[in-house]
Order: sequence, then structure tokens, then C-alpha cells
Amino acid sequence: MDKKIFKYILFDLLRNKFILIYSIILMVMSFSIIYIGHDSSKAVITILNLILFIIPLICLIFGTIHFYNSREFIQFLLTQPVNRKNIFRAEYLALSVSLSLGFLIGVGFPVMLYGLSLSGLYLIVTGISLTFIFTALAFLSSVLNKDKVKGIGLSIIIWLYLTIIFDGLVFLVIYFFNDYPIDRFIIILTSLNPIDLGRILMLLQVDVSALMGFTGATFQKFFGSILGKAVSILFMLLWIILPLFISVRIFKKTNF
Amino acid sequence: MTAKISYIFLFLIFFYDVASGRDIIVCKNCETVSIKDAIRQSIDGDRIIIKKDIYNENNLVIDKQIEIIGEDHPVIDLEYKYQGFLIQKDHVKITGLEIRNISVNYMEDLSAIKIDNSDHCVIENNILKDTFFAIYLAKANFCLIKNNKISGQAKTETSSGNGVHLWKCTNINLEYNEAEGHRDGFYFEFVTKGTMTGNYSHNNLRYGLHFMFSDSNVYRDNLFRENGAGVAVMYSRNIEMTDNKFEDNWGPASYGLLLKDITRSLVKGNLFYKNTTGIYMEGSDQINVENNEFNSNGWATKILGNCMDNKFTQNNYLNNTFDVSSNSSKNANFYSGNYWDKYDGYDLDKNGTGDVPYRPVSLYSMIVDKVPESIILLRSFIVELIDVTEKAMPVIIPETLIDESPEMNKIKFN
Repeated sequence: MDKKIFKYILFDLLRNKFILIYSIILMVMSFSIIYIGHDSSKAVITILNLILFIIPLICLIFGTIHFYNSREFIQFLLTQPVNRKNIFRAEYLALSVSLSLGFLIGVGFPVMLYGLSLSGLYLIVTGISLTFIFTALAFLSSVLNKDKVKGIGLSIIIWLYLTIIFDGLVFLVIYFFNDYPIDRFIIILTSLNPIDLGRILMLLQVDVSALMGFTGATFQKFFGSILGKAVSILFMLLWIILPLFISVRIFKKTNF
Repeated sequence: MTAKISYIFLFLIFFYDVASGRDIIVCKNCETVSIKDAIRQSIDGDRIIIKKDIYNENNLVIDKQIEIIGEDHPVIDLEYKYQGFLIQKDHVKITGLEIRNISVNYMEDLSAIKIDNSDHCVIENNILKDTFFAIYLAKANFCLIKNNKISGQAKTETSSGNGVHLWKCTNINLEYNEAEGHRDGFYFEFVTKGTMTGNYSHNNLRYGLHFMFSDSNVYRDNLFRENGAGVAVMYSRNIEMTDNKFEDNWGPASYGLLLKDITRSLVKGNLFYKNTTGIYMEGSDQINVENNEFNSNGWATKILGNCMDNKFTQNNYLNNTFDVSSNSSKNANFYSGNYWDKYDGYDLDKNGTGDVPYRPVSLYSMIVDKVPESIILLRSFIVELIDVTEKAMPVIIPETLIDESPEMNKIKFN
């Protein structure tokens, strides 16, 4: 990877007002949630709901727009003797790092200031992983479509699918097949969605009492174990690596 | 007049003389070396003082009105042979002993101290270790069980007994005892007018406190922690449960407080903290639940459809995953003036109570009740969506299960 390109894009992004606005909005929201709510664990839950909703959306939309806007810059870079893979990686890393920085300042800073608990730490880790995952997905949808409108459209569909539709489908599966022993199947099913994975890892911190109920205990046993946590992290990593791998392959062959 | 007083005085001196009796001292170098001998020698009103040592004795039957006092907790080792003390006389007092190693028996309820058909007994400051049943009262009245430390090593429910077992008793006082490692820490059956104050029951296999068919009892300032299934109160009337703490009862069939067929009772000023279910209510009515704090429970209160006329007022609901859950779409209970941390209404007239009523039952909690697997979707966007829509236009959740005047701020108890 070319460090010069990475640095250049990163500083260019950090100078961009969007990241600044993103972190300010997040910070205002976090501080207001923390100061309105009286309890730290309740604040963490509310912030969790917020980041599960906002981070994927922002990363997808901004990532896609950024990629299309950098098209000319990429074309220019390609005239130079640089590897295509390196350009793509530099673009991806610069964007995810800058968005993560925005998140760290916007959410991590207030949470840490308020007193960092284990659940707060999980919150920050979840947020950063989601940033990396959805930036990768944004790049995938950008390289899949040459047309900007189509690319953004695909991003929005990915977001809708992973935040709402997927859970709806899981819900239907659970509802219709609850006469069968589907606990394990559900564990596998939810692992297929990074947002659900992040959410469940957080649940284990804040809702343990409820998870100790009849079926919750099975989930708690799995996701609470070291194996479960390792599997969750592995799936999260896969959600970064797979889209990137496909995108790089397409990007290499793209005719600009 | 003076004569009358002096008569009374004389009578008192005479009575005192009889009541005080002799002191029989038991130790390895004394005249009396065994407790059994000491009991045989004694007459009503005597005191047996046991010096510190280890005594390998068992089956000590007390049929005289005597007092047994241990100095610096002498150890009575039953060596898993038979029972410890069996009291068959009124006004017997046992203090300051350490009794250990009671064997498990499937035919008899072997216990460290058993009071059978006797009144006004006192069991105080004893340490009971590795017991099957520790203190067993049958048909005993007006007894005091105080400051005893009881620990067993129960492994399965079928092969274990209870810490304090009361059967057919009245007016029993249980104060500041600690019970652990039994099937039930405290067990009451057919007990009336009992008082239980300041006891600590923890790590028992089944219930910390379990009572059936026991009317008019009072439970105050007790602490129940990490018991297999929490505390169970069944088939009783006029129960008063105040200022107790129910903590860390985790598991699918674990409840802070389980109320089954309870009527006309009071649950006040208790703390329910980190239980899978705080209060589980079944077939119970006319219970006042007030000034309690439900904190960090999975389900703060689970009220089944066969409960009615229960009043939930002035409670604090904080950080619970579900505040109220019910299996019925009808509601016959009354909720008012509670503080719900999930309440999102407003208070325009600034009188401290919210202007919009609060619905503590969410549609999702009812779904989880029917389809437990759906707990995995907790706090997902779709669930929030379902709940918001249902709250705006209730179709499935009990329409009358409503808190008309929810508090805006956490209620401060005195």
C-alpha cells in the first residue's frame, strides 16, 4: 500500500467539512442522551440504538458518494506507475479511518468522559467495526455500478435490507418455525448480519438478566462464551474482507 | 399492704430459686464428660454449660426444662450417625454450640436441632455445618430462632433438606439467621403469625424462602441472593413482605419473588435487583405492591391473566428489559403513580406526573412470551418499530393495562 496516497486522501477527507459535521452531530446526540438519562447503562443502550441505525447509513451513503467523487482523482493516479490494488486500499483505509475518527470523537469521547464501563468499551468497538464493514460495502456497491445514482440506490437497499428487512425475515422464520428446535439455526442466521452481531454482543453486556430466560440462555451460552465471541469477531472480519476482496477484483478489471 | 408485697416478694425469691437451678459443667476433665450424661443428671431448671472441645455424640433427647450453653462454640460432631438434639419439652434454650455432620436420610428428617411439640424454646447463636435439616420445628409455638449460621452441602434436590424447616407452628420469630447450601433456606408449612427479620438466605438449590399454606406472616429486612429459584410464596393470605432484597436470581425458572395463590397481602419497600423475573404472579389477588424498586431485571413483573385486583403504586422501574409482561390481553389489575424509566411522555402543567398515560406492556414482550426464541431480536430496529406502532394504536396489548399518572421523576422513598 502506498503510504503517500493514504496520507494524502486521509488529510483531504479530514479537511472535508462532512466528517466534522458528522462528529459534531454524533457528539451533540451522545451528550444529550447522557445528560438527559440518569443512568449510564440506559444511556449506552440508547446510544447503541442510535449507532446501529446511523453508522451503517452514513458509511454507505458517504462512502458511495466519496468513491464517485474521487473517480477523477483515481483516474489521474492510474496514469502514474502505481498498483491498482494499492490505490483501492489507500482509498478504503483513508475513508474508514477518517469515519472512525469522527465516530471516536462524536461517541467515544462523550462515553469515555462520562466514565468508561465495559459496555461503553463494547459500544466503541462495535461502532468502529460497523464503520469498517459498511465502508467496505459502500465501495463494493460503487465498483459494481458505473452510474452514481444506481450505486447510491444499491447502498440504500443494502442499508434497508440489513437494518430492517433482514430482522423482519428472521422474525418471520422464528414465528413460523418455533415448534422446531431452531435455536442453533437462529444463531447462524443472525451471524449473517453484522448489525445483529454488534447488537447481540452489546445485549450480553446490558440485558443479561433477560437473556437468562428459557431460550435466551442458549444464546447467552453461545455468544457469551469465548468461542462465541471469537466466531462473532471472525464473522465481523469476514464482513470486511469479503466485500473488499470482491471489490478489488472488480476494480482491477474496471475500464475507466 | 406491706404483708401482701412481702408475700409476693417471698414467692418471687422462691420461684427464682427453682428456676435458676444448678449449673452442670461438661468438659473432658470435668466430673461429667458427656452431654448425654449431663442431660440425664439434670432436672428442670438446670443449666448445662459445655466447655470448648469436640464431642462425638448424637441423639441427645431433651425432655426436661433445661438450658444448654456452649462456651466458645464447642463442637458436637454427629459423625453422620444420627440426629442432634431432639427437644420434647417447653422452655428449652440452646445457645452457642457448633453442631456438624448430619447424615442424609430418606426415612427420617434428621436434623441438628429438632423441636417437637414444644413451646417457648430459644435456639440462639449456634453454628450448624454440613447439615441435612438444620433446625426443624414441628408443632412448636412461641419459639425464637436467632443468630444461627447454617450451612449445608446440598447437591441434588432429592437428597437434601431445608435450613430452617417449620411445620404447623405459630408465633415463631426468626431473626438474623444465615442459611446456605440447602434445598430451601427457610421452609414454612402451615405456619401462622410468624415473623422473619434480617435473615440472609443464599446459594440454596431451590428457594431461598419457601412457604405454603402459611397465613398472617411478616417478612422484613431479609436478603435473598443467588438461590436456584428465588423466593416462593404459595397458597397463603395476609402476608406482609417489606424492605426485603431479592438479588441475582438467574435462570429460566428463577424468580425474585414467586406469588402463587396469594390473597390480601402487602409487598412494600423491597428491592428487586438483577433477577431474570422480579415478581411472578399467578392466581393472586388483592395484593398491594408499593414503594418497591425494580432494577436491572429481565422481566420486572410477570403477571398472569388469572390475577386480579392487585395494585401497583409508587414503584420505581429502572433498567429492566421488560417492565410488565402478561399472557393475557385483558387486565384486571391497577397501575398508578409509578416511575417508569421508559416513559417518554411530557408534563405540561409541571405537577410531577406525566400528562400522557403509559402502557408498560409492550407487544414485543407478549411475542417473547409466546415465542421465546424471538428474544434474539431484542433492541433491534424492527422490534422498536413494532412497539411504537402498537403503542400508538393498541390492538393486541391489554388496552386497560395503563398507568394513568406516571411519575416524571424517580420516586424517593423514606
